[in-house]
Amino acid sequence: MASSEESATKKLDLQKVMDRIAEASKQVVSGVEAGTVENWVTIYIMGRAYQVPADLTILTAMEYAGYKFVRGVGCRQGFCGACATLYRKEGEYKLQAGMACQTRVEDGMYLVQIPFTPAEKPSYDIAELDYDVNTLFEYYPELARCVSCNTCTKACPQDLEVMDYVQAGIKGDFGDLAEESFDCIQCGLCAIRCPSEIVQYNVAQLGRRLYGRYDSPEPEHLTNRLEEIDEGKFEQALDEITSLGREELEKMYAEREREQE
Amino acid sequence: MAELEYIEGYPAYMHELLQRVHASREKRKTYVPEAMSMEEQQKVLKLHPDYAPGGKRNISVGPNKGDVAPEPVADLLEAYPLVGSEEIDISSADFDVDIMVIGGGLAGTAAAIWANIQGVPADRILLVNKLRHGDANSIMAEGGTQAADREIDSLDRHYLDSMGGGHFTNKPDVLRGLVEDAPFVMHWLHELGAMIDKNEDGTFVEKWGGGTSVRRLHSCKDYTGLEEFRVIRDEFRSRKIGCIEHYPAIELLTDGEGTVTGAVLYNLETGEYKIVQAKATILATGGFGRLHIRGFPTTNHYGATADGLVLAYRAGAKLRDTDTVQYHPTGAAYPIQIVGYLLTEKLRSSGAQPVNVDGDSFVFPLEPRDVEASAIIRECYVRDKGIETPTGLRGVWLDTPMIEVKNGEGYIKKAFPGMDRMFSRYDIDMTNNPVLVFPTLHYQNGGVETDPQGRTTLDGLWVAGEVSGGVHGKNRLMGNSTLDTMVYGRRSGMSAAEYVKGGAEQGKLTLEHQTSYVKMLKEADVPPERRSPILLPEYRGKEALARMIDVF
Repeated sequence: MASSEESATKKLDLQKVMDRIAEASKQVVSGVEAGTVENWVTIYIMGRAYQVPADLTILTAMEYAGYKFVRGVGCRQGFCGACATLYRKEGEYKLQAGMACQTRVEDGMYLVQIPFTPAEKPSYDIAELDYDVNTLFEYYPELARCVSCNTCTKACPQDLEVMDYVQAGIKGDFGDLAEESFDCIQCGLCAIRCPSEIVQYNVAQLGRRLYGRYDSPEPEHLTNRLEEIDEGKFEQALDEITSLGREELEKMYAEREREQE
Repeated sequence: MAELEYIEGYPAYMHELLQRVHASREKRKTYVPEAMSMEEQQKVLKLHPDYAPGGKRNISVGPNKGDVAPEPVADLLEAYPLVGSEEIDISSADFDVDIMVIGGGLAGTAAAIWANIQGVPADRILLVNKLRHGDANSIMAEGGTQAADREIDSLDRHYLDSMGGGHFTNKPDVLRGLVEDAPFVMHWLHELGAMIDKNEDGTFVEKWGGGTSVRRLHSCKDYTGLEEFRVIRDEFRSRKIGCIEHYPAIELLTDGEGTVTGAVLYNLETGEYKIVQAKATILATGGFGRLHIRGFPTTNHYGATADGLVLAYRAGAKLRDTDTVQYHPTGAAYPIQIVGYLLTEKLRSSGAQPVNVDGDSFVFPLEPRDVEASAIIRECYVRDKGIETPTGLRGVWLDTPMIEVKNGEGYIKKAFPGMDRMFSRYDIDMTNNPVLVFPTLHYQNGGVETDPQGRTTLDGLWVAGEVSGGVHGKNRLMGNSTLDTMVYGRRSGMSAAEYVKGGAEQGKLTLEHQTSYVKMLKEADVPPERRSPILLPEYRGKEALARMIDVF
């Protein structure tokens, strides 16, 4: 740090910096203030109209309207699948699907959340299963009922090719099933919409576990390391390093070598 | 304000500024600032929200009286219980189990599975969830899991890197457990069928993490936590272990002599309470991101409200390292809908560089997190080299297109599908344009003090994962949190199982620990309206809240 900058940091009121950051983040942390909103839209939450700021997501718009979520919310960032939502826009025939936390509100949106999917999840011991298409049919015989209507694909808020991975499963192509379903957040919308009553996301879960375990063996370097640990190869080094004082550790840390890129 | 013109997802003025990032990319291909010396690190850390003045105070009651904590955390510790013994009937239990696990993220789920593997029957274990099983920070972990399993690497090297990252404040025996079990955790995940990224030759893909001296980070694209968790949850469900959802614990029960014996649960939908009695209780409730410490946005899930800290502390458990908070250097700073969301460190380990408004690279991209975050704050607020968004937030660019320069075309879609999908929802193409970043509240470094088996200072109580303190010291390294959840989930589950099988008896159910705690609160003049745990943050619109009436 240049010395002029150092004195600039010293002079700078660091608490004020923190306050400025907090002030700028206020809309995100404690909600948008009506007085600052320029653009509004009307959404219909289970049929009832609410005026909400236009730059909110379905999730934050429902909170703005006064909903305290207990169901239908989880990670708030598109990973957990808790906030599955169906909506139809005024004047349109198409029923659309999205995660409430990842979908911006639009004027004239009629929406309902589907916070739970009643679905079968059989028990199995992955170590005892055959890496074979019959395993999928054994646990999910309804897989054979797929009529290739593609409704599941249209319902997927992650834009996955759900029908394609179901078909890959039926053919026993575990690689395609696993790769194409990998981004699945298990929200359940595919299963809710499926006319053949397949639970696509659970089928894919079983398929991925079979693929992950059996497609390629455990890397040799890991197996070797486990053996070394069993043989106590690192015991002495760990005994030593855990007994070092701060100064010695600092020195070691400063001198450690970085692996070449 | 006139309607903004948008180009490729950015307001025109920001789009014009980002051309400087494109212009300097060729130069930055070969030039990257050097890593800071420890002295330089200390200087820039003055700007870290933990070290900047304000925002903290001494805890005035309980086992950690006198220790420093962020104000919102101290507020929750110094707060009255939601219910007292005169309001509820705890004389008989609705659930009688050997082991209760509170919190269904990676740590809690792993604990339940390993207790079962060790011989505790599935119907003698109960996993209690505040929200759904899996609504946890675990599934949001993007970057990866550290494990020293390459020939060039060693367990002691992993130890040293983590110790340095934690500024030498980590608890040695607990950190040792973490690095020793890490390769086994990778083995367990592989056995369960997790799709861990592999190279063509069958070895694991291993990446750099901030503060690591070798490539040690295992990942599953940028959905690492999601993949690890859904595989482990599938295993949990296959074992038919007891599980209830939307039923948070609001207080622990003790025998009145310092042994934890159960908990009071609260049905979030109906308001009804239930009593659990358990010989052993494992607390795996995660962290406190949703307290928005120092007013920061957060990467955390909806339920990260420090419940576990509150419950354990009130029952008499000791905490440690309560003074530090991890701010992830690269949260999204634009657009407004995703501010604070995590942009994984793996972006930087794959070549993305932080770049200022002039298009200059100003910091080594893989400093330990607190140092990297401080350097970005310095760039924005001391050097005035940040970029301001239409809503007044400042940030710096993260030059994501550099990832494809370094790894080849198509790499982003393959390695970062989640991130790419998130930005594309806002018309931003991170393959061709940089994204705007600023530090975001990410992790509770400290927590309930524990030993290498996950035991706390209270009998009958174990902790695992983010709620625990010690393993990361005052700053956690990337890839050590998912590892922590599985290592200490497993260890605590096994240790509790051993305790139960060793003939531990069910102690009586009392709320006596509350009585002495409430007395201390009164003596400290804590305002009576302050109550905890809060369970969920408050995001309802102020206009709507102001008109609410309580009828039912």
